[in-house]
Amino acid sequence: MKMHYDIEGGNFSAAGRASSEIKKTLKQFNIAPALVRRIAIALYEAEVNVVAHAWKGTMNVDLTPEGINVVVEDEGPGIEDIGKAMEEGFSTASDRVRQMGFGAGMGLPNIRKNCDEMYLSSTPGVGTRLEIKVYFGASSVCESCHRNFPAE
Amino acid sequence: MNLQRINEIIDGTIRLDCSSFHDYTNAFASDLMSDVLRFQMEKTVLITGLCTIQAIRTAEIINISCIIFGRGKQVTEEMLILAKEHRISIVVSGATVFEIAGKLYQNGLKPIPR
Repeated sequence: MKMHYDIEGGNFSAAGRASSEIKKTLKQFNIAPALVRRIAIALYEAEVNVVAHAWKGTMNVDLTPEGINVVVEDEGPGIEDIGKAMEEGFSTASDRVRQMGFGAGMGLPNIRKNCDEMYLSSTPGVGTRLEIKVYFGASSVCESCHRNFPAE
Repeated sequence: MNLQRINEIIDGTIRLDCSSFHDYTNAFASDLMSDVLRFQMEKTVLITGLCTIQAIRTAEIINISCIIFGRGKQVTEEMLILAKEHRISIVVSGATVFEIAGKLYQNGLKPIPR
């Protein structure tokens, strides 16, 4: 099952809508609550990052019985130093972003903590690409729900 | 502890009662939403002075079903609509976040497990 969402830079009213929709879908497929929680947190942080830093972006989700693969791409200022951006506490967020309760340099470390694989690349002045993978594992989907899982 | 008891203890006002949940055991106080996202929040009440739509959205993502807004913050209609959609109860109080946290701690709510 594939899902696509557009993310508008600077629009904090809408920030989190895509992650919320995906969370709802995962719950409908009876994915284990602990996994739903991890995925929702990682996607929400990623979505807020696009809203906070970029001009616009997209979130593309590929959901299979084995796991979820999400690619978040944006057009924006990009990240100058990815190593530094991954450090807890490092942030280039504006005051407006901080007033929204974010921008404390916890986002990327929090994403890394909540996914199984994370790939981040960026071209300064062009944009950023983030890919997140979470594997469901054998016990995360019950037998009856597994049968109902949508085919690719 | 249920929503009514929480409201009574902090002398607050319930702006939205979605309380299908009656056994809050923990509370967490923060204005930083990224910090809220770092911990397990089951059975937890969020106390915050950050009165924005993002506080509601963060609560939804992390499965928090009750938010107390301190320092006399005004909850907007947009926030109430989103809270209702996700069954998140909203309580407001003129007291500071410190005072609200202190009263709830004194009455038995615990910090979240670290």
